[in-house]
Amino acid sequence: MRWVNRHVRRGDRLLLGAVPILLLVLLYLFLATQRHAANPFDKILPLPDGMMKAMAGLLFQPDQLTGQLLFWADTLASLERLGIGLGIATVTALLVGLVLGVLPPVRATFGPLVTGIAVIPPIALLPILFIALGLGETAKIALIVIGIAPVMVRDIAAHVAALPREQIVKAQTLGASSWQIMTRVALPQAMPRLFHAMRLSLGPAWVFLISAEAIASDVGLGYRIFLVRRYLSMDVIIPYVVWIALLAVAMDISLTLLSQRLFPWAHGDSH
Amino acid sequence: MSALLSLRDVWVEYGDKIVLERVSIDIEAGSFVSIVGPSGAGKSSLLRLILGQEAATRGSILLDGTPLTPECGPDRGVVFQRYSVFPHLSALRNTLFGLECDQAPVLARLFGTARREAVEEATGMLAAVGLGDSLHLYPAQMSGGMQQRLAIAQALIKRPRILLLDEPFGALDPGIRADMHQLITRLWRDYSLTIIMVTHDIREAFSLGTRVLALDKRRHDPHAPHRFGATAVYDLALRKPAPDAADETEEAAASPDGEQDNEEKVGHG
Repeated sequence: MRWVNRHVRRGDRLLLGAVPILLLVLLYLFLATQRHAANPFDKILPLPDGMMKAMAGLLFQPDQLTGQLLFWADTLASLERLGIGLGIATVTALLVGLVLGVLPPVRATFGPLVTGIAVIPPIALLPILFIALGLGETAKIALIVIGIAPVMVRDIAAHVAALPREQIVKAQTLGASSWQIMTRVALPQAMPRLFHAMRLSLGPAWVFLISAEAIASDVGLGYRIFLVRRYLSMDVIIPYVVWIALLAVAMDISLTLLSQRLFPWAHGDSH
Repeated sequence: MSALLSLRDVWVEYGDKIVLERVSIDIEAGSFVSIVGPSGAGKSSLLRLILGQEAATRGSILLDGTPLTPECGPDRGVVFQRYSVFPHLSALRNTLFGLECDQAPVLARLFGTARREAVEEATGMLAAVGLGDSLHLYPAQMSGGMQQRLAIAQALIKRPRILLLDEPFGALDPGIRADMHQLITRLWRDYSLTIIMVTHDIREAFSLGTRVLALDKRRHDPHAPHRFGATAVYDLALRKPAPDAADETEEAAASPDGEQDNEEKVGHG
């Protein structure tokens, strides 16, 4: 049997997917044990009990300075920034993308501007944002929005513009105005794509969040990682990175499920 | 002047490429006009012209004596070969769309009594095309034939003056196609429609139409094939038997005009 025809059953797929991850964990444990056998005070590859000890302090003991449980304060601060940034970017992408995609004169007027903004590396704008908006929350959220919104706008606009011409013509023969075509034909069909764009933007959004927090912040997952780097605290950095990965995976999965639930017609729910 | 739609000396040019030249056709209300011709002979351009999706370079098109604006409108319905229905709406909502656009300009949604009436009308129309049991299916859950039935119902609910069909049955298998022929003939008679159908299938053109137009180039310049456009080289009025037994006993009433070597150039366009 050819490999292209070997389809894996659902249960087996979970199992197969877990194998490489388990192997990586085992490899890490093997290397860490080896280093600790040579030097019990090794900081580069901490063992699980070392990580748990370090994390217990952040998870359960209030910080002496602020009185907060640091891990949870970091998570909350980061998720808030990410959520607001992603939310603003998504709404912008939907509104601007829809108008650009449906109305050719608007596309001709603002298309080049959006492309121009999209090609600027957002991190290069970070100093401008810090100067203009101060070092507070606004600058960090603005970085996320500027980082991901243009790409999302272009994606939605391209998707809407690529709707079959036949559909737009058909809608007009049914008496639809530009507004009705936008709200009843283009908008609903842009929604699944918007969820897709959000999923793809999650990665860059995290990058911009961590960058902004690393440079100027006093709380946040990225801030903590860069803070404890000074003490070579791999026993904090590694659990934080794993936690960020888990958060990102959870968001990705929930966006997928939500999209399938809300737009069954777009997910091959056929025959 | 009894013609519902008349084209007067219409030319369509894209840059220096001439697609249609000197097309003059009068179409009476209640006729079923089939348009045939080789690929690239401007069949679809002619349809887009009548639909209002394109403007003529020269000449005029009159609907009921008033010139057409080059924009699609609810007086001309259309069914394309594909993509005619909205994938995000169920069959019922696809059919409701035309009524909603008309009656609710801002929200394009109806509520209360207006909605009940619209749903009733749409349900009736879907039953007329044989989709009475599939009101809540999405297009992706339907076969190609069902999607075309839906597209027809969607167009008919607006009671268009002219129904334009662009190779509507081209992608269907022969059995389904025969069913669709019966359906469209029945709807044409029941709703006294005026239909213009573009097709590749000569047999279909003759069995359904009351008139067959063949588009092709009259002249052909081998060095500049794009400099001559196509026009109606044959215009055959078919005398149908009794309106209740319209099938394949067609009779050609017009004589072919145009040079004999037209046939040799089929496919060069």
